[in-house]
Amino acid sequence: MSESIPNQRRSVGYRSRLMQTEAERRADTHPLTWRLRDDGEAVWLDEYLRKDGYQSVRKALSEGDPHAIIATMKEANVRGRGGAGFSAGLKWSLTLQGGDRPRGYLICNADEMEPGTFKDRLLMEQQPHLLIEGMILGALANNSRYGYIFLRGEYVEAARVLNRAIEEAREAGWLGPDINGSGFDFDIAVHTGAGRYICGEETALINSLEGKRANPRAKPPFPGQSGAWGKPSVVNNVETLCNVPAVILNGAGWYQGLSGDRTDDGGSKLYGCSGPVDNPGLWELPMGTTGMEILDRAGGLRDNRQLKAWLPGGASTGFLLPEHLELPLDFDTVGKEGSRLGTGLLTVVPDDMSMVSLMRNLEQFFARESCGWCTPCRDGLPWVVKLLQSLEQGQGEPGDIELLDKLAADCGPGLTFCAHAPGAAMPLQTALRHFRHEFEQGVGKPRGEAHQDPIPVGEV
Amino acid sequence: MAEPVATSQIIGSDGFELHPADETAILRELEHYEQPQAACIEALKIVQRRHGWVPDEAIPAIARVLGIGPGAVEGVATFYSLIFRQPVGRHVILVCDSSSCFLTGFDELKQALVDQLGIDYGETTNDSRFTLLPVCCLGACDGAPALMIDDDTYGPVTADDLPGLLEGYP
Repeated sequence: MSESIPNQRRSVGYRSRLMQTEAERRADTHPLTWRLRDDGEAVWLDEYLRKDGYQSVRKALSEGDPHAIIATMKEANVRGRGGAGFSAGLKWSLTLQGGDRPRGYLICNADEMEPGTFKDRLLMEQQPHLLIEGMILGALANNSRYGYIFLRGEYVEAARVLNRAIEEAREAGWLGPDINGSGFDFDIAVHTGAGRYICGEETALINSLEGKRANPRAKPPFPGQSGAWGKPSVVNNVETLCNVPAVILNGAGWYQGLSGDRTDDGGSKLYGCSGPVDNPGLWELPMGTTGMEILDRAGGLRDNRQLKAWLPGGASTGFLLPEHLELPLDFDTVGKEGSRLGTGLLTVVPDDMSMVSLMRNLEQFFARESCGWCTPCRDGLPWVVKLLQSLEQGQGEPGDIELLDKLAADCGPGLTFCAHAPGAAMPLQTALRHFRHEFEQGVGKPRGEAHQDPIPVGEV
Repeated sequence: MAEPVATSQIIGSDGFELHPADETAILRELEHYEQPQAACIEALKIVQRRHGWVPDEAIPAIARVLGIGPGAVEGVATFYSLIFRQPVGRHVILVCDSSSCFLTGFDELKQALVDQLGIDYGETTNDSRFTLLPVCCLGACDGAPALMIDDDTYGPVTADDLPGLLEGYP
């Protein structure tokens, strides 16, 4: 088990790693990670080929039926691992193609910036060819002319590994014109960003790819209809694309079976855990694994602290309580509890942490990262931060908590162009629901005395 | 591509000239995209790699190479947090202030940086060695609290690690 990996963090240099050894991972149960090496070095082309790499593309090219790829993906119901959980197969079936339409783009969303999320980094740094293979399959299915990996600028090592792997794939004939003698051509470029969380929103990402400010676009038209440069474009998360090769090779039934009877969602998932736990890390586990099992693997809370609350999949998901640890972590179950699975990487909150302080930290993040396009987000979030700062210092006034309720509601789904504001609202609303007394304790001033200063927009 | 626009008269380029190698690198980027504006962010990063930051005078020069208006370049240059519009130190420290780091000692680490460097966010040490900036989740949460110095990611970092760590960046 995971305990067999010694804690090697003597130097403070950070290295991404999986907490499961090679002996624990098998091709039929760990499609995302079974090829990873215990030494954490990248799996380059030779080794990838030895471990059945590019077999899936070989199969798909020889069959030459893009509709079959989409049908298998739909049947497998691979749900988007960037956090939204939308069926990748369904998304692909909506891409406009054929007739005299131009071939479009296959864009990999590798802008991993959701606080508490560190899974795509591992896949890109240690197994670049799995992503490339998934992208080729995506390009086949969507008739994409060219692919982009939209990579956050801070992932320097991932950029280096991906660029070298793309070069390897090109030299071996897996990218470029006439892939493996099939007549299909497709190539990939790594496009690195320059900061800003909002780039992870798919239409903002497309604007950023086009060299513009990363403001979201109105939908419809959806990217599959009109995306990058007006061409049909598909945007999929790294982990989603890394699932594709095994699904195409082994079939939808096998994929559905990976999660057993835990959940209706199929497949495996890169789950993780961070915060004040003994062994923070990443594990590939069946979809529908419980929070309890993940927290156990992480060794529980440090220093004998108790669990107060947890975020199931990043800063934009809602707080869950210890009683929710028994639930299978899949998209629908977590959704029913007023939260979202999100990225599936748990953030653990200990009992000695003030929820008001933690919310202040989270909302400072959302306020700073707002692109400024929509009013509730641009002006509402700094206001939320100011109110939380007052409450944190015991300087809030009566009505502040109701005002937080209202500001959060104003950021709800459908009131802004993208999901940034709803993502900022969800942790706040769940914190106010579960821990309202902590916020009430921050009310220390009579009405009308606390908020004389203007909202410090841009300085939160 | 659009005809180059004589933008230098509009904004005043103050004689800023792109390094020929940078111009070549920017032109090479164009190969990846349907339209030249897409290379805008990379062009800004190329200029920043040489100068450490992107001075105002570089904006019309980049616009000319790309064949787009300077406003489009300026709009992008002021949006992205990793494009620096004022001089920075020889090394830039990006401190992750997101939730997992916040839960595992960010406050102490940030305070230690402020104490040891004598600067706060957005400031540069007097010897132009370090600039301190916040950054959103570095995706190193299993190594929280984390920070980056230039291209290197570190974590978990304690206040005690800092002197030794900073020594590596003269």
